[in-house]
Amino acid sequence: MTESRRLAASAVTLGYGDRLVVDALDLDVAPGRITAIVGANGCGKSTLLKALARLIAPRAGEILLDGKALAKQPSREIARVLGLLPQSPIAPEGIAVADLVGRGRHPHQRLLARWSRHDTEAVAAALEATGIADLADRAVDELSGGQRQRVWIAMALAQETDILLLDEPTTFLDVAHQIEVLDLLTDLNRERGTTIVMVLHDLNLAARYADELVAVRDGRVHAKGAPAEVISPELVEAVFGLASLVIEDPVSGSPLVLPNGRHHVR
Amino acid sequence: MSAATRLRAAGAASSTDEVVAGRRRRNRHRAIVTVAIAGAVLLVFAVTLMVGQTWYSPDQVVRVLLGERVPGASFTVGELRLPRAVLGVLAGFAFGIAGVTFQTILRNPLASPDIIGISAGASAFAVLGIVLLSLSGAAVSAIALGGAVLTAAAIYLLANRRGFAGTRLILIGIGVAAVLQSVISYALSKAAEWDLQTAMQWISGSLNGATWGQILPLALATAVLVPVLLAHGRRLGVLQLGDDAAAALGVRVRTTRIVAILAAVALLAFATAASGPIAFVAFMSGPIVARLAGPGGSLLLPAGLFGALLVLVADLVGQFAFDSRYPVGVITGVLGAPYLVLLLIRANRSGGSL
Repeated sequence: MTESRRLAASAVTLGYGDRLVVDALDLDVAPGRITAIVGANGCGKSTLLKALARLIAPRAGEILLDGKALAKQPSREIARVLGLLPQSPIAPEGIAVADLVGRGRHPHQRLLARWSRHDTEAVAAALEATGIADLADRAVDELSGGQRQRVWIAMALAQETDILLLDEPTTFLDVAHQIEVLDLLTDLNRERGTTIVMVLHDLNLAARYADELVAVRDGRVHAKGAPAEVISPELVEAVFGLASLVIEDPVSGSPLVLPNGRHHVR
Repeated sequence: MSAATRLRAAGAASSTDEVVAGRRRRNRHRAIVTVAIAGAVLLVFAVTLMVGQTWYSPDQVVRVLLGERVPGASFTVGELRLPRAVLGVLAGFAFGIAGVTFQTILRNPLASPDIIGISAGASAFAVLGIVLLSLSGAAVSAIALGGAVLTAAAIYLLANRRGFAGTRLILIGIGVAAVLQSVISYALSKAAEWDLQTAMQWISGSLNGATWGQILPLALATAVLVPVLLAHGRRLGVLQLGDDAAAALGVRVRTTRIVAILAAVALLAFATAASGPIAFVAFMSGPIVARLAGPGGSLLLPAGLFGALLVLVADLVGQFAFDSRYPVGVITGVLGAPYLVLLLIRANRSGGSL
């Protein structure tokens, strides 16, 4: 893979209706690394991801791809560089896995151009990378939740973008499948050099899998950096309003947040 | 190359072949179904030209089509049966492709333009134009187009409170359809001479008395709008994945939706102006073809062809299967109503989210 593409937010203000969600936020996404965006419900992390994916237009400021405003680039060209796995995509009834993954090739196809050899190879490689090659002809609606999430990730892989954004890719998955998905994304990052930006709910998984953690509070970046440097009881208190103990994760060596609730505390 | 990478490369190659094979199999199946429906349309088209009060042989029909003068046949086939069959094909195709466009964009088989009142809008305006303004010919098509676009806009605005698609749009559409049906009844009651044929045409659709003058606007609209819709086939397929996913794949969601809906509404309006709102053709074609052709590909072309087939067959049945003659819309109505009931029952069973 050539030099990674750079995605950045420059003083972006985002909102819905007359409600401001993100206020003059700056963020440089680390190219070729895994970035996890964390924060409390309603802090603006999903909104920020949507803006990075150009799904919502900034009120002020710009999202920059290689220094050029997203709004000024053709959507199809952006789609060859920047992929997104939305929170709840819809699988058309009865569609086969390979056909759904094949939709990821859309930005690479011309109006009347036939499906190319390279399109097929990209789909096969995506199925292979996500471990669902043997499901290629199955209907997506017959699959389990974990398998289905792999199909969607495979579709995003078939898009062959340098940057992949994911909005809570582990929601609705059991713990084994959560780990599986995050391992898969790590493989992708290490083998293809794909820049990954994801919104994650689980602070501990974020701490384990991210190279770079972005903690969002009230629509601003509260802290940013390597999880080991960023995560502390103070940060958890400030971002989630929760008292906690932070220890070293005996499995991974990354920080592990142990929340202090009102009950069951020694 | 290490053993592991080699193994992996071999695995990737074989899975590429499997992807190709699976894709080719599904594409071939879809192509066979499409060609078979097209063949059936041609066959029934030919039968429509041959049968009637007088039977004409294929030889005589072909000679008439080639412009020869054949006593008797030239008038019956050339002036009566041919316009009727051509109108059947064009109107059926228009209803089928417009219906599946709506169902695909709104992600719901109930969201077809004949259920949610768009056909009724075209029909109501056409009748008002004919009865109150004494319009005829292309002016009827124009006012039907206006009616269909206005109805679509009204439904969209009424339903677009929080989000676009959904049950609300369908329920509002059904309500709007009921209002427009009463407008049609009112206008027909004001008609100077009570003409049962005309009334039936605007209530349920009919191919009776088809003329080339009626067909021309529809033929022109078909030539312009069908290519527009077909060019959007792949983008509609991506749009099915949800707005966010489609936008991420480089589809301009709003533009695509508006262009495709407008093209479908216009086509439907021209077809309605020519034949009346032939009941349930738009509603039935897409889901039936989806079952026949299988998922994963664009249904626009096969649904259009199936609509044409449905109208031709229903018209033959209506003309010749019973003691008295029935307009085509009565037959498609009888076929479509049970299917609508079935869909509603199924939707209710799955918890009311249509």
